Amino acid sequence: MNPRESNRRNFLKNGAALAGLAMGTAASALPAAAESAPDIDELHKYGERSHLVKSVRIGSINNPERRLKDEPVAFGLKSPLQDQAGMITPSSLHFIVSHGYEPPDIDPQEHRFLIHGMVDRPLIFTVDELKRLPSVSRFHFIECHGNSSPGGPGGPERKSVAATPQDTHGFTSCSLWTGVPLSLLLKEAGVQKGATWITAEGSDASKHSKSIPIGKALDDALVAYGMNGEPIRPEQGFPLRLVTPGWQGINNVKWLHRIQVVDEPYMAMMETSRYPSVKLDGKSRWFEFELGPKSVITRPSGGQRLPAQGYYEISGLAWSGGGAIRRVEISADGGKTWKDAQLHDPIAKKAHTRFTAPWNWNGEEAVLQSRCTDDQGTVQPTVAEVAKLWGADVDYLRKTSAIVGDFNAIQPWKVNRDGSVQNAIF
Amino acid sequence: MRFSRLLAGGIAFLACHAALAQTPSYTGVGRAPTKEEIQSMDISAGPDGKGLPAGQGTAKEGAPIFAAKCAVCHGANAEGAKIGPRLTGGQAEIDSLKTMQPVRTVGGYWPYATSVWDYINRAMPRGNAGTLTPNEVYALTAFILSKSNIVKEDDVMDAKTLPKVQMPNRNGFVPPRYQDVVDEHKRGCKQGVCP
Repeated sequence: MNPRESNRRNFLKNGAALAGLAMGTAASALPAAAESAPDIDELHKYGERSHLVKSVRIGSINNPERRLKDEPVAFGLKSPLQDQAGMITPSSLHFIVSHGYEPPDIDPQEHRFLIHGMVDRPLIFTVDELKRLPSVSRFHFIECHGNSSPGGPGGPERKSVAATPQDTHGFTSCSLWTGVPLSLLLKEAGVQKGATWITAEGSDASKHSKSIPIGKALDDALVAYGMNGEPIRPEQGFPLRLVTPGWQGINNVKWLHRIQVVDEPYMAMMETSRYPSVKLDGKSRWFEFELGPKSVITRPSGGQRLPAQGYYEISGLAWSGGGAIRRVEISADGGKTWKDAQLHDPIAKKAHTRFTAPWNWNGEEAVLQSRCTDDQGTVQPTVAEVAKLWGADVDYLRKTSAIVGDFNAIQPWKVNRDGSVQNAIF
Repeated sequence: MRFSRLLAGGIAFLACHAALAQTPSYTGVGRAPTKEEIQSMDISAGPDGKGLPAGQGTAKEGAPIFAAKCAVCHGANAEGAKIGPRLTGGQAEIDSLKTMQPVRTVGGYWPYATSVWDYINRAMPRGNAGTLTPNEVYALTAFILSKSNIVKEDDVMDAKTLPKVQMPNRNGFVPPRYQDVVDEHKRGCKQGVCP
């Protein structure tokens, strides 16, 4: 029995015990209840959502049918964007991309974080020591570079007309991350002249290693221990995660235990064999980092059905690795005309931003889409514009089996006359 | 007398200030690791051979190790099986990169031989990572490279020879030199340009 089921059963058991008390059968019911059920007060110590709320991550765990072509066991779970309110992703629903390994079970008292290499003073910290240092809390999204890609292992479900925002864009999530700026730790250690990169390493079974330019390490990277007001969850890197705001998910090293300051990228497995983008000329672009501006309407969206004509609020999420979202425009006529949506606080750098716009459905066919602009002035591209960047045509994007990394094209949802909403990416 | 005391104080202050600039600002938080602590965690090997330990191995020596510890997932000849991906490759796989079904394998895609050593050493065998000796890792790296005809069966792989191995797809990356990744913030193909 998993812990969740266990909690539910206890809840039911205790509910029965309470019902017994309420009926005045305490004398006979109490001994039995005391035997089988834990203290009723235990129930309220750690909250659970209503048992009627069913929103969950979907994906493939240890499913050989859906493994990556060149990977033993894919482990990818998409977040249900269409069910989320505001701009924070509940930690329990944050997307997961692992590469076939379960999260390690780490005792935070035993965990150590080492900074070494080209530094004047190598340093080793406990988690508690890191918590003594000046901290910051910042909203940031983390997104897999393959999120919303038409190709790759999730391609068919992403392109399906029945796709929901979870199917199309579920590999992004946004949290309030709390931790120590990596720049502070590196200054403590004293970065030596000539240092140009760092390698960040996790303590998972495959000791994931990622090379990151020192500029990012000294800019806004965080050694995070907190996520949405609680310790980072095991599947998100407990007890420490490197957060590299706005950069491809692979850089946000979970279970962080070592940073080595070096003078070149170390060409680890993921950064040389899995994450470079293979273009049609056969060349691979490697060390792509920053994710471009992207947005998706989460309501109304694919898989939903509008029950009747009338008022609907269009709501969605926009984000950019380049900075804060400055503007989101909405079109309900397939891109012929656009209107500004309202952006909702908090509007943070490199974070999901919630947008809304009023809309009256007149019962006719409509195509809803959103287009965002970040504070660098970069505008979310159309599918045709993304194809151009790849030196390909739209047909290539539709048919390729390769992951199209950083695919940030505008996402259209088609509303049919019967109120059904479907994916209209191609 | 008074002047010299002031001067001495001033010098002491300056000395103290200079020392402060060179020592950590947050005293008592974190400590210097021992050499042994660093050595036990420092497993990374770079493309020019930095971090590669002493030891050596050949494909011949690697064959029985591969058969015993790797073939169950990757197949007897590293051709790939249900659990483990294919590790061999050559021109046909490099040509596949121009198609809609690109195949990425160690032999036909990976740009550096040191990455093979580094990944075996840190992550393999699955479930028992960290149990291979440096000699075994060199021998397994040599075995995998020999299956793609990148090295010969008797070529000795060690900290000096491994970084010199030319991988078939080494020139398949843009920019060819990582040193030319100058502005990482513009790497994401935006505003009509792929820098």
